[in-house]
Amino acid sequence: MVHGEIWTLKELFTYPNEYIYWSVQIVMYPFMTGLVAGAFVLSSLYHVFGIKELKEIARFALVFSFALLFAAPMPIMLHLQYPFRGINVMMTPHFTSAIAAFGIVFFTYGAIVASELWFLYRKHFVVKALALRELQDKNMIQWLEYLLYCTLTLGVYDVSEEALHRDEKAIKVLAGVGIPVACFLHGYAGFIFGSVKANALWMTPLMPVIFIMSAIVSGIALCMLTYIVVMEYRKFMIKRARKPWQMSLEEVKGAEMHVVKMTSKYLVLFLVLAITLELLDLIFRGYTAVKSWDVLRTVIYERDFYDIFIMQYGIGNLIPLILFLVPGLTVKRSILGVLLVLFGVFMMRWNVVIGGQAFSLTFAGFMHYTLPIIPHDWETFKEGLGGALSIFAMPFVLFYLISYVFPVFGDAKQEH
Amino acid sequence: MITRRKFLKYSLIGAAGMAVPTGLTVVHGGTPEEAKKKGLRWVFLVDTHKCVGCGLCVKACKQENEIPYDANVSRTWVERYVVTKDGKVHADSPKAARDGFTSPDIDEGHGHKRVIKPEDISKAFFVPKLCNQCENPPCVQVCPVGATYQAKDGVVLVDRTWCIGCGYCIMACPYGVRFFHPVYHTAEKCTFCYHRLGAGMKPACVDACPFGARRIGNLLDPNDPVTRIIEDERVSVLKEEYGTKPQVYYIGLSKEVK
Ligand code: SF4
Ligand code: SF4
Repeated sequence: MVHGEIWTLKELFTYPNEYIYWSVQIVMYPFMTGLVAGAFVLSSLYHVFGIKELKEIARFALVFSFALLFAAPMPIMLHLQYPFRGINVMMTPHFTSAIAAFGIVFFTYGAIVASELWFLYRKHFVVKALALRELQDKNMIQWLEYLLYCTLTLGVYDVSEEALHRDEKAIKVLAGVGIPVACFLHGYAGFIFGSVKANALWMTPLMPVIFIMSAIVSGIALCMLTYIVVMEYRKFMIKRARKPWQMSLEEVKGAEMHVVKMTSKYLVLFLVLAITLELLDLIFRGYTAVKSWDVLRTVIYERDFYDIFIMQYGIGNLIPLILFLVPGLTVKRSILGVLLVLFGVFMMRWNVVIGGQAFSLTFAGFMHYTLPIIPHDWETFKEGLGGALSIFAMPFVLFYLISYVFPVFGDAKQEH
Repeated sequence: MITRRKFLKYSLIGAAGMAVPTGLTVVHGGTPEEAKKKGLRWVFLVDTHKCVGCGLCVKACKQENEIPYDANVSRTWVERYVVTKDGKVHADSPKAARDGFTSPDIDEGHGHKRVIKPEDISKAFFVPKLCNQCENPPCVQVCPVGATYQAKDGVVLVDRTWCIGCGYCIMACPYGVRFFHPVYHTAEKCTFCYHRLGAGMKPACVDACPFGARRIGNLLDPNDPVTRIIEDERVSVLKEEYGTKPQVYYIGLSKEVK
């Protein structure tokens, strides 16, 4: 069977070779890079612009961004017909292609995040390494830990006030440089679509900007969600048995609500920006009504109406906006809000990627995508529901592992 | 392209000593130097008046280029257009017209057939399609690894040993020419039967067409009969607005053609 045939339903006049070649993993790809970029921008808001309210979530967002970073290229790997040849992009990058720069942008960004993390956690590594060095009769695990932390210090053990001050400066610079790079990483994912002149829905110079805005929205939402989950867990543990050095339940609750409220303001800001740009694009297309508008109108207002206006704009944008804007925000309402926002951004990616292939290049036919749910071979797994969910779960698992080495709340008690 | 490939070849051997993909050493058939000297630019000429929609070209192409016979993809295909008196345009290309058009009903996908009464038809015709070997090919532009490239004689080729199968080129071609090969799983397209051109033969579809609707020629040779038609007569190309500068010329195109 031809690749794509199994999940494509063709209607009216389409070219014989046309199928939905870019399926759910290509929806996941901008979704995941969007989360990376968004999480990073959120953490930088504190480090660069000194927005104090975001202090606690900033460190958290940075670690999460690092975890997401590893998950971001995975959808592409699952999408490629030859995943092991993916490395060719680094070996013979063909720079007229928007995808060719992926490796470079991605690694630059990775390096920035990693070094920022290092400066942020350097003191922690040194303290850990020294403590483990003191320890007599280390067991196997402790030896490994000792080695790990020694390596992570990179041989720098200077944790004087002065040195730490310099660290802070470095973090600020890195976070500052990181913002444009993060925006570039994601704006450029938008460019991959926006520059395809053959595709009437994709081709618009607004695409990268729309992508960046919705990326920030999704990144903030995911950070808030994970933050709330972690805080709830802490509350739960405190309720069960409070250790003497821990904050009281009320303190944790207060801190949590404060962070959530502050962050949600930025969420709403970027959400409004994203919606404005998307609507501008839509209005512009309708107003100029070039050749492709007839088929686009059919796709947008008829065939994909439900996905675009109900799922994306309604459930994914409007309802969360109301939830966040009505006064007296609660944790439960925020959870619902951020979940819906995440869903909305996912639907936006879906409507771009799948919607862009919903009509034929003939402008006289349509293609319908049916997501493979129950896989019956590797292809229908990786480009089906299973593959998409695995990708989505990945950063959480990674975050869980990484936060052993980069404790997100470890220093909280010293800071308060 | 050549220099990069060579560079890569040496650096690969040097760096890791890993197996060099054979594709890196592939010469772009018909040697570009030769092509330049001779002044060679392959172009195609389709006379839609002559096409009867028999599909023999599609059959020949599938066999010549080893595209699985029953797979629903093809390097070349034939479209049927039926314009009814109410101004509506109906078009189809069932199985890429591999078996010709055996039914008067229009195939609308999903097993739907549209029955059109002969007395309602105002005009009907066939249009063969194939890769336009664009002068400004977007498929080459977007390939992230340079696996799709343009030979000096204008033909756009795919290196099966280097293509990563991202499908970007498929998305970028405004003519829906490309697909993934069902067996090799790499990007696949019409090459004007490049292997045959190199051996001094004509593309399989040109040879297979009993009515002379398909012809190939060298645009840089002023005495080539195809070139003379392109220069002297009224010809058109498909979807000029994309700026791809297509090099498959048509006689008798109509505004209904997609
Ligand atoms: S017709 Fe399509 S595949 Fe052929 S050269 Fe032009 S863009 Fe590339
Ligand atoms: S599918 Fe292959 S030939 Fe096409 S753009 Fe991707 S790597 Fe290049």
